[in-house]
Amino acid sequence: MARWAMAACHETAYLMKRLASALPRTLRALGGEGESRLLPEARLSGPMPWVIAIMIALTVVAAASALALRHAAQAASADLEGGVTVQIVSAAPAQRQRQADAALAVLRHAPGVISATAVPQDQLDALVEPWLGTRAGDDLDDLPIPALIDVRLAGTATPARLDLLRKALAATAPAARIDAQSSWLAPVFRAIGALQWAAGGLIALFAFATVSAVLLASRNALGTHRETIEIVHMLGATDVQIARVFQRSMATDAAMGGVVGLLAGVVTVLGLARQFAALGSGMVAQGSLAWTDWVALAGIPIAGVLLVMLTARLTVLAALRRMV
Amino acid sequence: MNQAAAEIVQFDNVGLRYGAGREVLADVSFTLYPGCFYFLTGASGAGKTSLLKLLYLAQRPSRGLIRMFGTDAITLPRERLPGFRRRIGVVFQDFRLVPHLSAWDNVALPLRVAGQSEKDIAKPVSDMLEWVGLGDRFQARPATLSGGEQQRVAIARAVIARPDILVADEPTGNVDPEMAIKLLRLFESLNRLGTTVVVATHDLHLIRKVPDSLIMRLDKGKLADPTGALRYPPRRPVDTGGNGDGPMGDGGLP
Repeated sequence: MARWAMAACHETAYLMKRLASALPRTLRALGGEGESRLLPEARLSGPMPWVIAIMIALTVVAAASALALRHAAQAASADLEGGVTVQIVSAAPAQRQRQADAALAVLRHAPGVISATAVPQDQLDALVEPWLGTRAGDDLDDLPIPALIDVRLAGTATPARLDLLRKALAATAPAARIDAQSSWLAPVFRAIGALQWAAGGLIALFAFATVSAVLLASRNALGTHRETIEIVHMLGATDVQIARVFQRSMATDAAMGGVVGLLAGVVTVLGLARQFAALGSGMVAQGSLAWTDWVALAGIPIAGVLLVMLTARLTVLAALRRMV
Repeated sequence: MNQAAAEIVQFDNVGLRYGAGREVLADVSFTLYPGCFYFLTGASGAGKTSLLKLLYLAQRPSRGLIRMFGTDAITLPRERLPGFRRRIGVVFQDFRLVPHLSAWDNVALPLRVAGQSEKDIAKPVSDMLEWVGLGDRFQARPATLSGGEQQRVAIARAVIARPDILVADEPTGNVDPEMAIKLLRLFESLNRLGTTVVVATHDLHLIRKVPDSLIMRLDKGKLADPTGALRYPPRRPVDTGGNGDGPMGDGGLP
């Protein structure tokens, strides 16, 4: 293992140990100091904090990905939803130009149209440049490239509105082809939607795995401390008192794991964000996280601790009910 | 006197069997009254520990009726059991100290379970441990204590919360005679404060030290009533052949 990685592991273990000593004090201060002594404190002796840390880190990365994808999709969708591209597909340059001018005139006065702009020739040349090149001697003017008109509609470019535009242009520009810009990216949106569902599914699986781990750990702890539990039962301890001790112990583990998991998750998300930003793609750049998203991510370990506490409590109470 | 209200424990035709085995207790009927001191005797295997388990609500009978503190203990809802158990102090035969807790914390357990604050716990627990002669072993874990020391911790834990009824299973089995007498005096002091005491023992010498005690004797799961202890009022004090004398030192509670 690389030296820096070993150092990072040592640092993390040290941080966990510091948290381990600080958190029980804090929790004891919140009440039940005596109760916390009913069972031995065996924190950091098992894999629980590490399991929780891994689960929280993975959940943070999955949730951040889902949020970033949603932002990217929303931003792209907002850009494109009113966008319409009109192509004048005619091989004769003069006819193409005439129909383009006529279409532009009609479109500018059509209802619901905010703007209609002919895409300048130099931009058209730039669009085909990757395929045709700019070497001296090439004469792009001789190529029958369609004339493009970029139209912005107020509201969404629905099929019905596109039909109205087609009818309006049928007489003056019969060579016009009209497409909603969003239709070009529909497969991309579907893919993003699928990824978001996948992220949601992953988060649900992480929660399920966490609950299973806590369930096993609680049952294991109950088995280990069965004699002690029987004694404190005989001394008049209630099921809720005993469950609270387990719940508190598990919550401490979960809180330590949650903090480490959140840090690991955030570092991963920031690293990934930097890599994607370097791509320089407009759509990726729009997928950055808002501050509300960071607040939501910070809430994941809190939700994790609550989930762990609830699972531990219900597991222990169910097991205690089977005792005398 | 309203006898029904005065009784603290009433067993009526109680039987107990473990699983499909034979009955270890059969047709056990008796009544315990507040402030009385009972000895439960009988040979090994006579069912003393089983009877005590029923008394401290660790076991439910196979048949019969048990009333404790004026309530049917058999149909008692689970959530009311802790309240009842807090009124019963138990000295287990095998001590059953919590191994990871110090002697001090073991004695403090019943008070902590009852929700008392650490401030209120500190003095009584320390005084009690001093009194049973373990003033220098506060922080010792049970594994580092001798059998006799563990037994004294167990007794201190059983009496610290001043229970209504104290149930002790061979409480002096591992201590020297002097300490046995001292512990007996502790039980008597509690008894004088109104606690009903039930001590299971083989030790006739011990029984003789408490002249006002009443004897219940178990024989193969059946209860005999040699002193009339099971009737109310008892016909006569226990006749053990002794006169209850002895030095026995300070019997007062700490």
